[in-house]
Order: sequence, then structure tokens, then C-alpha cells
Amino acid sequence: MSSSVAGVVSPTRQALRRVRRDRSARFGLVLVVVLIVVAAASPLLVKLSGQDAFTYHIDLLDPVRGNAPRGSFGGVSAEHWFGVEPLTGRDLFSIVVLGLRTSLVIAIVVTLVTTVIGTLLGITAAYVGGWFDAVLSRFLDFLFGFPQLVFMIALGIIVPTSVPRPLLLIGVLSFFGWAGLARLIRAQARSLVTREFVEAARSVGSSGWWVITRELLPNLLGPVLVIATLAIPGYIGAEAALSFLGVGVPPPTPSLGRSISDSIVWVYTGTDPWFMVFPGIALFTAVLGFTLLGDGVRDAFDVRLRRTH
Amino acid sequence: MTEELLRLDEVRKHFGLSGAPWRAAQTVKAVDGVSLVVRKGETVGLVGESGSGKSTLARVATRLLDPTSGRVQIGGKDVTKLRGRRLRPTRRTVQMVFQDPQASLNPRQSVGTILSTPFRAQGTRPTRAQLIELLEKVGLSAEHLERYPHEFSGGQRQRIGIARALAVSPELLICDEPVSALDVSVQAQVLNLLADLRDELGLSYVVVAHDLAVVRQVASRVAVMYLGTIVEEGPADQVYAAPAHPYTKALLSAVPMPEPGVTRDRIVLTGDVPTPISPPSGCPFRTRCYKAEDICATDRPVLEIINGQTEHRAACYFPEPPPPERK
Repeated sequence: MSSSVAGVVSPTRQALRRVRRDRSARFGLVLVVVLIVVAAASPLLVKLSGQDAFTYHIDLLDPVRGNAPRGSFGGVSAEHWFGVEPLTGRDLFSIVVLGLRTSLVIAIVVTLVTTVIGTLLGITAAYVGGWFDAVLSRFLDFLFGFPQLVFMIALGIIVPTSVPRPLLLIGVLSFFGWAGLARLIRAQARSLVTREFVEAARSVGSSGWWVITRELLPNLLGPVLVIATLAIPGYIGAEAALSFLGVGVPPPTPSLGRSISDSIVWVYTGTDPWFMVFPGIALFTAVLGFTLLGDGVRDAFDVRLRRTH
Repeated sequence: MTEELLRLDEVRKHFGLSGAPWRAAQTVKAVDGVSLVVRKGETVGLVGESGSGKSTLARVATRLLDPTSGRVQIGGKDVTKLRGRRLRPTRRTVQMVFQDPQASLNPRQSVGTILSTPFRAQGTRPTRAQLIELLEKVGLSAEHLERYPHEFSGGQRQRIGIARALAVSPELLICDEPVSALDVSVQAQVLNLLADLRDELGLSYVVVAHDLAVVRQVASRVAVMYLGTIVEEGPADQVYAAPAHPYTKALLSAVPMPEPGVTRDRIVLTGDVPTPISPPSGCPFRTRCYKAEDICATDRPVLEIINGQTEHRAACYFPEPPPPERK
């Protein structure tokens, strides 16, 4: 029986197998892996290039053109692989790879935090019901109705600089981020808790924690994975946007969003468009990679798109 | 008298319907005053049409639901007020088999995981041999342990459901429509399995069903439910041969006769089951009863011994006389 051999594989593993078969998902996965490796090895890469992100190289700038880098492509050379930053002459390669690390770390940590909180609270609300569900649902409504961006900007200005900004960003993005996931998971879990296998688990004496983590969670792993992978590019963008607006990661810590923000005037005047290209490509690749992967994961878990094999 | 495994005293289960705040709160009286005793070795059939409260009663009896009022005793112990962790010892006495084996098995768990859940809930870890023994009890084998529910047929799934219920070695199985989701050809196999297990393990059963033929095949005692109350109760052969309550008589008259050419007077009930939100006054069946009189609307009949039989009881002012002996 060949069908029984394939069937021994759990449904989640089958879905992941489908991800591997999906061409664009595979491309996304490759991008994601490369970016994560680059981000993880960024201090090494920076050392390898013989530069750092903080040293000023005024000699590489052209005062005649408003301190734009000398040379073509924003001053690309054997020493400075992506050229240098205008006005300061700092090594752009170092800034990009370290900025990528900042972006990815914040996005991934926020995604992990919001996924765990949102999933557990969403399932618990559906399973426990009653006042817990009512209170949580109203709180979710509150979070949805809240002007998040304005609040984040205001908070970024008010909070004293003694609080590390990356931590503040993670906290703020997480605080607002879990609401959408929790609401989706709650809706999905509500249709599950009425299924008899939940009653069956209770009737043999399983605890609530067991039912939530062992009976309900595995059935929701698909949607959770999909939402989580699709959330990462959103948080990369959100972190970049906040840094762009000046309330994200403060200088001199490299940040893709802030570099892009700083580059606007150089693109606008046409003196150094390359200042935007390198961080822009890094940000674009990160968002693209995670989005393609997320789409692939979603397709793999979507029964409507399931191909017979 | 043999040991009482389950005793329900005047159990009621009312569900609140929440609506708009300016409307009066409504309650659905799913179970409205049911007393039932199940003794060791018995198989009690609980029959009734959809909405008669039989599944709710089964869930109150297994303490999946809290009764609104009344008392639930399991194995001689009052468990009405117990909840959560403190119910665990009780779970070892009474287990439940569910209606839809497709829904009652977690699609993301292998059979091995499903079968080990009861052990874990009781704080032990099963050995592989224990799990295989369970599977073999219900006619499956070791090779099925690693498979997932979707790889089985309906009948096999129900066997897994039964195996799970047997994991904690219960004395009483409450089967909620155990075969109604299965093909007719498979129904008999599962019913035979239940009968074999009864003989082998000395199990007792409560079999909830809407199919009178199913109950007739397995039950030694029958309780007929209508709108949340038991209207007739007694030894299966007596209830089937001499139904005393008009409702039972009407139900039985609708069962097809197995012999061709034999006909019987069919009692066709008109109208629908009244809503359990506002059941009729007096006898719940009076709105559809062909014998109803004034007293039926004012006073609620209670279960009383009829036809001089000590075990056979019906809640009716005008019980049917026993039929003449057939030659």
C-alpha cells in the first residue's frame, strides 16, 4: 500500500513538503536564508571588508558637490564595497549589513512575541469563553481602534533615551501586533472547540492546558505559521518606517530605515542616488523574501489549493 | 441488588440564550427533571427524537456539562459539584464514545497519541504494548498505531474512539449515537463489538440512539425521552412488546416491519416537537397526543408503574393497555 506510506507523514510535514515544491516559495526561502546568514555574520563581514560603520572618511567626500562621495556609484571601491555615506564618509557596506541585522532581529523577535501571545490568548479565549473571551475581545477592539502610528511616534519622542530604542521598538510593535493574530486564531479556534475531539479530551480528564496546547494548537499551526511568516515583512517595514520617521533606532546604530530616510535629499538633488540604492535593495530583498516564503506557506496550508499527488 | 454505576436524580440542564439586553432572557430546557439508574451489567438504551435532550443528558452524566440542578452519582459517589482535576478519578469509571468518529478524533494526532491521551490525563505513560493491546481489543492491530485518523474508514475510526474510551478501564461506557454516523453495513459490526466487549470486560452501557432497531439489538432496558423528560422506561422486551406511553407506541409503529406483507396500524404524529424554550404545560407530549384530555394540560404526569410490572414505568394518565397475546 503506497498510500499508507505517504499517510504516515503528519499533515504539518506534508504542508512543509509542499512548500519545498513551490518554486517561488523556494526562491523566497533562499533569499531568507541568505539574508539571515548575512545578518548573523554581519560583524564578521564588516571585519572582512576591513571597515566599520562608525569611522568618518572625510577625504572620500567631494566638498564641491556638497560632500557627496567622490567617484562613481557613490564611491564604490575595493575598500568600500557599497561606497560611503555622503556627508560623513562612513562605510555603506557596514551600515547596510549591520542595519539589516537590526531590522531582522527586531522583526523576528516581534513576530515571535506576538505569535506566542496572540496564539495562546486567541485559543484560550475561544476555549474558555465567558467573561475572559468578552474582556479580551473588547481589548482587541480597543487595540484595533487605536491610532497606533501616532502613538508609536509620540512614545518614541517621550520615552527617555536611557531606554534602549530597539527594546522600545520591540515592545511597542509587539503590544499592537498580537491583536490581529489573536482575533484570527480566536475565530478559527471557536469552530474547533465545538468539535467532539475536544469533548473527548475533556472526558478522559485532560487539563485545559493540555487541550489548548495539544489538541487545539496543532490544528491551528497552519494559520499561525502563515500569519507569522507574512507578519515578518510587515514588521521589517514598520521598523524601517519608524526609523525613517526618526523615532526608531537612533544613530549611530545602523538602520536601513534611517539610511533611506537620510538618502532622500541626496536622491532628490541627484548628487548621490546610490546612497538609497544599497539600503533600499537590502530592505526590498528582505521584504520580498519573507513575503514569497509566507505566500508559499499559506498556499501549502490552504486546502482549497491543495493539489492531489 | 447489583451495584449502581450511575444514578441521576431529577437532573435538569437549562441553557441560557443570550439575546439583546432589552429582551427577556430565555432558557432552553434541554433536560428537565430526569432520574435514571444504571446498574452493573446493564445496557440502557436512551431513545428519543432530535432535540429530546438525550445527548445533553449523556454529557451531564459524564460530567462534561454541569447540571443546572439535580444530582449525579457515579460509582456511588456524588460528583455533581466536582470539577476539573477532582473529577479525574471519576473519569476512570465512566467514559464516553462519541457520535461522529470523524469529529471525535483529532485529525493532527496519530492513533498512538490519541490513545495515550487518557493515560497522560491520569498521570501515567502508556507502554507501546498497552496501546497495541487496546487496539487489539477493538479489532485493530499494531500497524495502525502510527497512522492518522483520515486514513481509516468510519467504522475503524469508531473502533479507535471505543479504544480510547477503554484506555482507562472504565466500568460504564456512555455511547452517544455510536453508530448513527456509520454505514448500515458497518453499524452491525460496531454494535457486535460493543456486545463482545460487554461479555469480555463486563462493561455496562448507556446507548443513546434515535434508531429503535439499534437499541432493540443491544439494550436490556430502554428509556424513552421526549422534550427533556423520560416518558417511559422499562425492560426492553416489555417496552417493545407492550408500549404504554402513546409516544412510545407512535415511535414503535413507525419502525419498518422486517417481514414482507405484514402491516401494522401506523400512528402518525402531527406537528413538530414543541420548542424546549417554552414546553407545554402539564404533559410535554399532550400537544401531539391522540389521547390528550384536560388533565394532561394541567398536571404533569410522573413515571408510574404500569400493567402491574415492577420495572416498567410510564408517565401518562392514560397508558396503553397491553396488547392481546398474539397467536
